[in-house]
This record gives sequence, structure tokens and C-alpha cells, in this order.
Amino acid sequence: MHIVVCIKQVPDSAQIRVHPVTNTIMRQGVPSVINPYDLYSLEEAMRLRDKLGGKVTVLSMGPPMAEDSLRKALGLGADDAVLLTDRFFAGSDTLATSYALASAIKKIGETDPVDIVFAGKQTIDGDTAQVGPGIAKRLNLQQLTYVAKVEGVDLEKREVVVHRRSEGGVQVLKTTLPCLITMLEGSNSIRFGTMPDMFRAARHKLRTWSAEAAGIEDISLCGLKGSPTVVKKVFAPSARKDKAVMIDVSGKSADEISAAAIDAIFKAQPKLEADMLELAAGTR
Amino acid sequence: MSEPTKKAPVAKPAGGRAGMKKELPEHFKSYKHVWVFVEMERGVVHPVSWELLGEGRKLADKLGVNLAGVVMGPPGEATRAAVAESYTYGADTVYLVEDPLLTDYRNEPFSKALTDVVNAYQPEVLLLGATTLGRDLAGSVATTLKTGLTADCTELAIDDERSLAATRPTFGGSLLCTIHTLNYRPQMATIRPRVMAMPDKDESRPVGALIEHPLNMAEDDIVTKILSFIADQDSDKAQLAYADVVVAGGLGLGKPENFKLVTDLATVLGAEYGGSRPLVQKGWIAAERQIGQTGKTIRPKLYIAAGISGAIQHRVGVEGADCIVAINSDPNAAIFEIAHIGIVGDALTILPALTEAFRKRLSVNRMAG
Repeated sequence: MHIVVCIKQVPDSAQIRVHPVTNTIMRQGVPSVINPYDLYSLEEAMRLRDKLGGKVTVLSMGPPMAEDSLRKALGLGADDAVLLTDRFFAGSDTLATSYALASAIKKIGETDPVDIVFAGKQTIDGDTAQVGPGIAKRLNLQQLTYVAKVEGVDLEKREVVVHRRSEGGVQVLKTTLPCLITMLEGSNSIRFGTMPDMFRAARHKLRTWSAEAAGIEDISLCGLKGSPTVVKKVFAPSARKDKAVMIDVSGKSADEISAAAIDAIFKAQPKLEADMLELAAGTR
Repeated sequence: MSEPTKKAPVAKPAGGRAGMKKELPEHFKSYKHVWVFVEMERGVVHPVSWELLGEGRKLADKLGVNLAGVVMGPPGEATRAAVAESYTYGADTVYLVEDPLLTDYRNEPFSKALTDVVNAYQPEVLLLGATTLGRDLAGSVATTLKTGLTADCTELAIDDERSLAATRPTFGGSLLCTIHTLNYRPQMATIRPRVMAMPDKDESRPVGALIEHPLNMAEDDIVTKILSFIADQDSDKAQLAYADVVVAGGLGLGKPENFKLVTDLATVLGAEYGGSRPLVQKGWIAAERQIGQTGKTIRPKLYIAAGISGAIQHRVGVEGADCIVAINSDPNAAIFEIAHIGIVGDALTILPALTEAFRKRLSVNRMAG
């Protein structure tokens, strides 16, 4: 079985700082990581491979430095890696990104047919959750998003059964290969890399593809040109017009502060006290 | 992967696409009206659909066009009720695809139905809820239509050129950005539950046009089969998004044991509780209790945030609250910029005192916790 896992190198967003004057992102010194949501998909892919045989190829589109993330994935146990990098990809939105990745997956499948594509549920920098469905649609793969559990894969019947999270419960779905799966967070936990895998990862000759090498036919569908969305403005939100009422805390006890805070709350929201009496009286 | 373009008139790197404005291609000029996908699962309409009809009404009025709801479901009362309710929440028109194959959500029939209706009747704006269903569907439909889709918008507006300006947090919630789909139609966006206010239901609004469209699919055409559905137990469902009072904690609580101070206050208030993203990442609370851009958006009457610094990604998830009370030991914490009432102090001492004071005020003599 051949599984392709799409991963993205992202800035560790908890540490992103914004320049207070120019409102631009300060990238210097921000560490890059594999998008955390991708790791659930990578782990699930490797578990299926360990159980059923075959191999896991990791694929990433990004600047040349995204190679670090692919090597990290190899060190965790992936078998092969492809880096898709080209200046034509710069400025891609989700539609253009899904076109480039789908083209590369098609190319990968030419020599080694792909049974399952995994992608992260979403990324922590873009948070769109759109690239996975975009790839599925372009490659005509059955689309299984928000998967909590892969119940089983039957390679002979070419069937897969998964538990998919929906708003009010879990759908148990059966579909046929090839398919695209995005895993839900917490569905597994990523393994530690073994020493042999780490050595292998350092030496591995990963494939670096330009748009042409990836078999991309129409370059106008890539990058800025291929992106229907346009970012017109980036800005920091303004503070609320009315300043907060600050409770006087100097020399006051916690009880006094609390009493003053409650008075301030009910003064600002006169109807709230009645609502809260009702709510607090309710049994929970 | 974004680089400044040479044409860009402004120096800001992230604004580099601003010079891309071209005229809308001729074949998109006939695209008109604002549409909202009315999400129904197992006979129940997700309230986000009504919230979006409320917001869609404003956009349609600004554009001087009609507002339509798109209802998809199996033949029967629930589907017809969703149609009728759409008018009361502001729709002028309802597009209906009614077919037994639309009983449970599956990507294939739903994306075919929505794509077909869009191609047949050509809206300029299409809004969907950013739920598991809405995101699964929107990503497919936008790819087939080859149009722009902006996820998780926090604000929608119509600019002077009649273009949808969709604002959302970016860079993991460090900044906001406004995104346009200039040269393609429809302009698609998803919006999370509770980001937009629930409109008042107006039973006196006229029942508008109903346009039915066939699905034209057979079960054999659909590859994915539903084997079963395991409904959530009510107790596992955090009703956080729709709670009237919410108490939340952040890293300022110091250690996981102290989170009990938050749940104690929540119990006295009959409130729901939640926390900031770092608490989920550290495993103090479950992911469904996360409040903020990547967690739940809330619009309670009262929100008490204890030991939360107020990063943008948290802020956009709570801004809709009527009254925000912030407790933080750092007087410069960003949370005070959005708070209505601020207390500079240690959450660990204020929370128990506040719990006691509320208990007395609300005369609730129950054990906390």
C-alpha cells in the first residue's frame, strides 16, 4: 500500500510576534515546525503501513527550507519524501496550493500508485481546512475529513471504514480506495523517531521538484496568478472605543474587590441579575 | 509563501496583492444575490444558518439584491420546516434540493447539489457555517467552481466596488486580514457559529419564492456509504458556544489544579466553563472547551476571563459578549483592551472571593464543584 502524507512547515504560531509600529510579522528567530495537525495524519499513515505493509511518502510544498520538516518526518519513520518548491508557487492561496499538491501526487502515483492521501485537518497558520478537500476534489478521491478513527482498511476489497466526526455525533463511513483522509486532533499520538530512522533521514536523498518536474501543465494556476483570493489589508484590531471600567484595587481586600465588581457588572447590565438568578437556580 | 509583488503600491509585504484589481470577467457579471447554505443534519437546522441569514440580509440590502437560503434534505416535514423558517429569518427566496439521498451528510451528493444550484442560478456571494459539515462542503464546492473561499471570517462587509470584504484572523491569530475574491464568482466565505448575532425571527415576513432543483443522482452513484451514526451523549456536548454565562481561565492560573477555581465559579453561576488555547495545548482542559479563533466562539451575556492575557486569537472568539470581565495581574494585558470591567489582581485570590460574593448575591446555597 502506498500512502502520501501532505505536510506543511509552519512558524510555531504561539511564538509569532507582531511589530508594534509597522504591524508586520517578525519572522526572525521564529522556529519552524511541522504543522501539529499533520502529525496525527502522519502517525495514522505509518500505523497503517506497519500493519498492512507498503510505504509512506511525505510531500510538502514550500520554500527550500521546508526540507527540514520533510527530514523530520523521515526521522519519525516516513519512507520517502518529495519537496515541491518553485518561485511560481509564491503567494498561493488554498485553491492554487491544492492544484500544485494534486499535480505532485499524480506525478508520484505514476511510478507508485497511491492508495490513500492524508492531510492535516487544517494548519495552525492559515487555519482554513480547505487544502485537503481541494486535493480530494481535483484527484477525484473519496473525501473523509475530521476522522477520529480508521477502523480498518481491506486491501483486497479496496475498502476503508472510518469514524468521522460530525456536529452531533460520529458517522461510521465505508468507502473505496483511493481516498483522502484528514485526521482529528487527539486521534493518536506521534511516535518518537528511532535511531536508525534518524540516521536514514539525515542521509536520505529526497526528491526536490520544481513546478515542471511535478508535471504541472498550467503554471498560471499556481501562485499569486492562480489564486482567486486577494489579501487587501493586514492590520491589528483596534481597541474597543469605551475603556474598561477598572475596579479600584488599591488597599482593598479580595472580598471588597469582588463586591465592587459585581455591582459594576449589574450596573452595566441591569437585566443580567434577573437572568442570572434564574440561571443559578437552574439545576445542572 | 507570500512574497511582495513588484507592482504593489504599498510597501507592506503582506498587502502585496492590492494591485491585482482587474475588471470582473463578462461571464461573471450576471452573478447576483446573496445566498446562505442552510445546514440541516438529521432533521435539525444548525443555528449558524440563521445567524448567517441575519448577516446575509445586511449584505443583500447593501448590495440592493435578494437574500436566498439553500436548503438540502430528504422529503419530509423537517426539510419543509427549514424552508419555512428561512423566510422568517430574512430569506426572500429559497432554493430547495429535496432527495432521500440527502438524509445524512455525505460529501458527494451535497457538493453536487450545491455546485449544480450555484451554476444554475449564479449567486454573487455564498456563505456557509464553518462547521465540520460546512467546511467539508465549502472546500469541495469552491474547488469545483474554481473560486475564492475565505475561511472563518469574523467580519463581512461590502466595499465601494460591490466586492465582499471578508475579514479573518491570520498568522495563527496574531493579526487580522481582509480578503477579496475580485475576479471570480461566487465570492465564498465560511463563518463560525456565534460570530454573527442571531437575528430575531419575524413570522410576519412574507413567504417568498421557492425554487426546487433536482439532485439527479442514484444511490449507486455515491461511493461512500453510511454504516451507522453514533449520536453524542448530551453530557459530552459542551454547550459553550450558546451559553449565557461563561467563565474561563488561562495560563495566569499557574497550574492545572487551580483550574478548579474556574469551575467552582461556573457552578455557582450555572455557567459553562472554558479556557484559552495554551491550556488545551498543555492538556489542562479538553479541546472542546477551548475559547477563541481555533476553538469556540462565544456570545454570552457575561464572560469572566481569569488569567487570560487576551491574544487576538482569543479576543476574536469573545468579542461578541455583552459584558466582559477581565481579571489579570498584568495591568497592561491586552484583555483589558476589550474588557468592559477590569480587575488588576491575582486570579487565584479574586476567583474564590468572587465565587463567594456571587453565591451570596444570587442566594445559591449549593456546594461548589
